[in-house]
Amino acid sequence: MRANIATLALAGTVAGFGLGTGSAKADNLTLCWAAWDPANALVELSKDFEKESGHTMQFEFVPWPNFADRMLNELNSGGQLCDLMIGDSQWIGGAAENGHYLKLNEFFDANGIKMEDFIPATVVGYAEWPKNTPNYWALPAFGDVVGWTYRKDWFARPELQEEFKKAYGRDLAVPKSLEELKDIAQFFQGREIDGKKVYGASIYTERGSEGITMGVTNALYNYGFEYQNPSKPYDLEGFVNSPDAAKGLEFYKALYDCCTPPGASDWYMSETIDAYKSGQVALQMNFAFIWPGVHADPNVGGDKSGYFPNPPGPKGHFAQLGGQGISVVANTDSKDAALAYIKWFAQPEVQKKWWSVGGYSALRSVVEDPGFATSQPYAQTFLDSMAIVKDFWAEPSYASLLQAMQKHVHNYVVAGNGTAQEALDGLVKDWTEVFEDEGKL
Amino acid sequence: MSKIAIDRPAQATPRRIARGFRGLSDRALAWIFVGPTILLLLAVNIFPLIWTIWLSFTNFRVNRPNEEVKFVGVQNYSRILSDDDIWLTMQATAHFLFWTLFLQILIGFWLAWLINRKFKGNDLWTTVIVLPMMLSPAVVGNFWTFLYQPQIGLFNYAVGFLTGADPSSFSMIADVTLAPWAIIIVDTWMWTPFVMLICLAGLRSIPDSLYEAAECDRASKWRQFWTITVPLVLPFLMLAVLFRGIENFKMFDLVVQLTGGGPGSVTELTSINLKREAFEKWRTGYSSAYAIILFVTVYGLAAIYVKALNRVKQR
Repeated sequence: MRANIATLALAGTVAGFGLGTGSAKADNLTLCWAAWDPANALVELSKDFEKESGHTMQFEFVPWPNFADRMLNELNSGGQLCDLMIGDSQWIGGAAENGHYLKLNEFFDANGIKMEDFIPATVVGYAEWPKNTPNYWALPAFGDVVGWTYRKDWFARPELQEEFKKAYGRDLAVPKSLEELKDIAQFFQGREIDGKKVYGASIYTERGSEGITMGVTNALYNYGFEYQNPSKPYDLEGFVNSPDAAKGLEFYKALYDCCTPPGASDWYMSETIDAYKSGQVALQMNFAFIWPGVHADPNVGGDKSGYFPNPPGPKGHFAQLGGQGISVVANTDSKDAALAYIKWFAQPEVQKKWWSVGGYSALRSVVEDPGFATSQPYAQTFLDSMAIVKDFWAEPSYASLLQAMQKHVHNYVVAGNGTAQEALDGLVKDWTEVFEDEGKL
Repeated sequence: MSKIAIDRPAQATPRRIARGFRGLSDRALAWIFVGPTILLLLAVNIFPLIWTIWLSFTNFRVNRPNEEVKFVGVQNYSRILSDDDIWLTMQATAHFLFWTLFLQILIGFWLAWLINRKFKGNDLWTTVIVLPMMLSPAVVGNFWTFLYQPQIGLFNYAVGFLTGADPSSFSMIADVTLAPWAIIIVDTWMWTPFVMLICLAGLRSIPDSLYEAAECDRASKWRQFWTITVPLVLPFLMLAVLFRGIENFKMFDLVVQLTGGGPGSVTELTSINLKREAFEKWRTGYSSAYAIILFVTVYGLAAIYVKALNRVKQR
């Protein structure tokens, strides 16, 4: 018996050593994200991590329209494809409540990572659940926000300047309001420039995933739309469907009807970029991640393009938040290596390099650096935009809330069915049903 | 070169194996051979079906593993059947189904009738006509979005050329009234060749002697068509309707690629709606009930149809 106990003890010791050295062994980490330009930049950046840590990195990138489907399937099925996930901001509620992500508070405390060091909006948007509580499930990884790109070279043409001033009584310049933006789009719609017919603006209208919602909110917020009663959570009536919100929705429809290229009925990020880069439109709504690519583009880059934040409306000045945080997937077998990656990624010098290779750092020491605003032509616009962000619901039921909004908004804006008020009333009905199902109402 | 099998004498079953089967009845032997297949069918078909039926009476959500699963009776079914949006998707599906079947049968039969006439290049034309059905639906959906593009699309250009309308003045996939027809046109383009092949098989199965006898009786071509061709090809046509009907009832990829269910929800067919409920909203119990309703509908309609088909065949 004694011999058996000794054997067990020895086995335990050996196993203990095994575990102890396990954390030091080189792991192969898989990082999951959307397939877009910043992901390519991250691949380059991560080579430094591989050199420093000895771990190897693999990447699983999925195109945006299928990103949520593919990755949420992975998380829900308890798959082990991803060790690290740069998931969309709206997933945070569900991922936290369903145990898909590791909670990072203790890790942050132990490694001196402070959330105060990051842009506040990104901490709330990408890391916290419940919102505005110090419960962190991600490290802000990529700051993003909807803004506008415009053809600076077209705006500078004297003959267009003159014609615009005659028609609208002001200079053809960066719009100071959404109404001014629509005037400019209307001015360019159908115009012939350099022998080519051009159009006003490319905006988000996509139906299948989240496109039109990410676009229309930039109008809704600024006309007075609220997700809920600020003093009574989940109280929607009169906030989601207020008369002001209806005016915001009418504005977006008017912009779609008057000033977009023919066939722009199902456009999201890539289609709006294509329209802009091919010289079809004067204005482009899109997330800030595209700006480095626009700036470097041989046709529309350099001085030909300018950038400005989403203009204010009659009831406020906001822009739709994009971007993501990086989380450790709870099912990973390489937890230590995944956490090591986050620790490495949070370092100021890595974050500085992240910005220089095309990633939008959310670290304050990077964006508040005196040289940041002038480091790129779009850097100041990024800072201004990040100061006015608002985000969609991040509830565990966000997908149901999103699909309802996609349906009602597309039905009104693109299909032209019913009125704006009816669309928002329908939205309140559907959202109320979702919250009732969730037991929140 | 090795000897081919036929040159070698058949070997007797090894004694060890033969001993194991000795004394077994034919029925037992049959069960031994069929058993694995039945087990496989039970595992991949019957069990999931029974499991889905059970889930349809619960509030289960696959993305909420920590939540208690509650039995909710027929609540999911009653909610689905009283949901206006779901009835709209059913209407969209019925519209798509009716017109695709109608056009595919009409054009498919006409093409088969043309191809059935002996002419030079007959085989080449048959190959050319069947090309669309060999393509992936996702690819077809994708390139038709370009063809429908108002500014550069060939379809709009052709319509403009024929009617004098400005090609960029209309958008097939953005217009509420045109979008349902846009998906019908693409599906018809892709699957008419399939119907044509079935009809061709029907036409070629008609003995020439019947037409010769009709000629002797001085029956007109028109009468030959209605009294010989149509009745004898009818079972084949009905088979084509069955195949295409079942396929189009669950149409997904082509339409998602073309319109994403839009504009609004005018092209949101039931399978797209079901996928959104099941794998975007993760309402597993609810979508299980939805799937069962669709299954019963398709199965019921198909069963009635097969009975009618058998009756036609027996005539």
